[in-house]
Amino acid sequence: MTTQTGVESAEAGGARHRAPGRMSTGRLGDRIFAGSATGSGLIVLAIMAAIAVFLVWKAIPALQANEANFITSEEWNPNATPAEFGIAQLAFGTVMSSLLAMLLATPVAIGIALFIAFYSPRRLASGLGYIVDLLAAVPSIVYGLWGAVFLSKHMEGVSGFLNSTLGWIPFLGGDSPGKNSIFTAGVVLAIMILPIISSISREVFLQVPQAHVEASLALGATRWEMIRMSVLPYGQSGMIGASMLGLGRAMGETIAVAMVLTYVPGINIHLLEDGGATFASNIANSFAEASENGRGALIASGLVLFVITLLVNMAARAVVARRKEFV
Amino acid sequence: MAKRIEVSGLHAYYGGVHAIEDISMTVEPRSVTAFIGPSGCGKSTFLRTLNRMHEVIPGARVEGKVMLDAEDLYGSSIDPVAVRRVVGMVFQRPNPFPTMSIYDNVAAGLKLNGVRRKGQLDEIVEQSLQDANLWNEVKDRLGKPGAGLSGGQQQRLCIARAIAVQPQVLLMDEPCSALDPISTLAIEDLIGKLKSQYTIVIVTHNMQQAARVSDRTAFFNIAGTGQPGKLIEIDDTSKIFTNPEQKATEDYITGRFG
Amino acid sequence: MTSLSTPRKGSGLGSVSTGRKVKDRTVQGLVYLAFLLALVPLLSVLWTVVVNGAKRLDPTFFQFSMNAVAGKDPGGGAYHAIIGTLQQVAITSAIAVPIAVLTAIYLVEYAGNGRLGKVISFFVDVMTGIPSIVAGLFVLALWLLTVGFGFSGFAGALALAILMIPTVVRATEEMLKLVPNDLREASYALGVPRWRTICFVILPTAMTGIVTGVMLAVARVMGETAPLLLTIFFTKAINTNPFEGPQASLPTFIWEQASDPNQTSIDRAWTGALVLIGIIMLLNLLARLVARRSAPVRR
Ligand SMILES: Nc1ncnc2c1ncn2[C@@H]1O[C@H](COP(=O)(O)OP(=O)(O)O)[C@@H](O)[C@H]1O
Ligand SMILES: [Mg+2]
Repeated sequence: MTTQTGVESAEAGGARHRAPGRMSTGRLGDRIFAGSATGSGLIVLAIMAAIAVFLVWKAIPALQANEANFITSEEWNPNATPAEFGIAQLAFGTVMSSLLAMLLATPVAIGIALFIAFYSPRRLASGLGYIVDLLAAVPSIVYGLWGAVFLSKHMEGVSGFLNSTLGWIPFLGGDSPGKNSIFTAGVVLAIMILPIISSISREVFLQVPQAHVEASLALGATRWEMIRMSVLPYGQSGMIGASMLGLGRAMGETIAVAMVLTYVPGINIHLLEDGGATFASNIANSFAEASENGRGALIASGLVLFVITLLVNMAARAVVARRKEFV
Repeated sequence: MAKRIEVSGLHAYYGGVHAIEDISMTVEPRSVTAFIGPSGCGKSTFLRTLNRMHEVIPGARVEGKVMLDAEDLYGSSIDPVAVRRVVGMVFQRPNPFPTMSIYDNVAAGLKLNGVRRKGQLDEIVEQSLQDANLWNEVKDRLGKPGAGLSGGQQQRLCIARAIAVQPQVLLMDEPCSALDPISTLAIEDLIGKLKSQYTIVIVTHNMQQAARVSDRTAFFNIAGTGQPGKLIEIDDTSKIFTNPEQKATEDYITGRFG
Repeated sequence: MTSLSTPRKGSGLGSVSTGRKVKDRTVQGLVYLAFLLALVPLLSVLWTVVVNGAKRLDPTFFQFSMNAVAGKDPGGGAYHAIIGTLQQVAITSAIAVPIAVLTAIYLVEYAGNGRLGKVISFFVDVMTGIPSIVAGLFVLALWLLTVGFGFSGFAGALALAILMIPTVVRATEEMLKLVPNDLREASYALGVPRWRTICFVILPTAMTGIVTGVMLAVARVMGETAPLLLTIFFTKAINTNPFEGPQASLPTFIWEQASDPNQTSIDRAWTGALVLIGIIMLLNLLARLVARRSAPVRR
């Protein structure tokens, strides 16, 4: 209703301004306004460019002072002289924890999306979606606190159980399953990326053309058969893209992981054992004590994280966009 | 295997909107019954109540009775999935499964019903495509996507898909309205051929088509926008088109409508 | 009716085979389970935060800072952190909202199908995916290490603004696209200059939606911790000047208190989490109320 009045008053205002002598102010105003709109767009570009430039610039001195191999070294001693640091352990921890999160979250998230799109009563659908979105509203520091103080206690038993039953799988092996492990971090991350995967999947499912849905139902398909025949093939790339976006989120998540993990130097492929670090958690944990060179080293590792998440996100968007060409 | 449909006192609603009101009619087996009437008068809605597709739309519901021989489709113990298996449907716009091949499109319903043996599948797929007058055009590219066919071919593919599960009734909602005249003729021929085996109900906005393909014709009308659609009369097609009982029917047929 | 019990092919309605029904029911069960599974962590987080946070939810918590309070001491509060968070978020919004809204206006009203519009739109997407710690590192590299300023609330706000801009751009864009074209044309037809049309016709129409988007974005950046660790640093004292010296904030307060092993500190962390979640949920709720008012515009 308010919009109506808005229109009318604006039209009245416009009519007043049609007097010939006032046209030039209109044009000047237009130029200023268009200029500031375009300028703001350019600021966005400038910020992105500046992020790349300044991260590279501030990383270079530290990389030059580095005595170890930046890619393959598992050490992180940039404050020492000579400085020795490498990202191998961080990359391992980041990839493992976020892949684990993606694997745990994707099936549940797709289940939730199917539930909301096809099983819940229509009237409740948006409310239920809102409840799942609330998971995204909880800040990561709170997940971190919850994960470190509450969840990790309960993860000890889970880890022990997985270790004793599935210990023959290398990643679940080792002899001291703990609670501050990459596995626990993966579980916390899975919870955190659940809402993004499920909301994108839900959106894709709701876009499935009614004609496809009716085609299978009219053949005498049950609801599950309808989903399998009409919904999943249509939503496939959307779901893949959604879980990749979740992966990108998980890789960049800092605080929750930093609070859950206990730092133990070196790569440990036993994901149930305490220890591990990710790019982001290492930055949060090491920053306060970092020397100038240490800060440079952290910036260098952040640059790597930036590039990796950028690639993952762009790939994810490309996959999601491909669906549009399909149908 | 064709069955008689007897509808009595049927109402259909979309949420609070009363779409069709108090419809009773009998559809004879092994015949073609055409539904005609101005658009919005509830032909599609009524058609979709005959295989319980109406209730697929959120908030939609049905009151009344639809007997398929001795069984009430809306009986409490009836599974709508079983109903749709027996009462097949072809839609206005061809809707083959876009990610499936031609072969898989036709075999889709069979696979649902547990037909797995390759030999049996091959046989039924070929038979259905032949019955749908499509076999000769696609026999060399059964593995290609169904979405690559022309509109008319896609619609015949959808017909083949529907008859592959050997339903007892075939419902068609304006199956030719999105097609060119040649494809339309091909489908009309097909309907003539299929009626020896199936009970066919076809919605059409094309009165010549109704006159050409149907044995019986039902005329639906609507009193005004927002009013529920009603069945005005149903009779032999020749009678409806030459000497209808109702004035409204005559007006509509002769184009003196509205 | 009787034919139902004897499903023969070709006659009677028959019934759906048990195997198919079981599969259908199983999937239905799994899908319900997935939803319930999502509720478990949500309820658990809220429950633990409320139960543990309630212990220190006293007036002291809101009236005192941590100045001269050791980890094992009882008492102490988050006054300094609450002040910091409010100032930082206000500055963040003051920076991010104009840039974001103008960018969205550019994308919807001016860019058309042009190249620049596509490039900007692409980089807004890219920006959405920037890990928050990277935004902090960037401000560290530019503002602190290159320009030479020290830690401050303002530096934190700069980092938060980078995270806030893309969300607000997307929300505003969506709302602007919902404004019917007739409205634009009607206004242009009257000879109203474009900028007046945008300011007095289009923006007011989209306003409630934009406000909703901004509120949700504020709620999001308010909980960000990682970039603040690198930009506002830590202080136990009240610092009401966001432009000078380290400042506290609720998220970094929680981080600091949680890393102290004393139970009194952990309790303060929980209460900080409770207050933070409370503010964020309140903002979310308000945003939804505002959004409901805008419903007639949406359709
Ligand atoms: N999905 C729907 N939701 C709400 N109303 C509908 C829906 N489909 C059809 N209607 C309404 O039901 C009435 C009958 O429509 P329909 O059966 O499609 O008519 P016809 O097929 O004769 O053109 C119309 O008034 C139409 O607006
Ligand atoms: Mg129709």
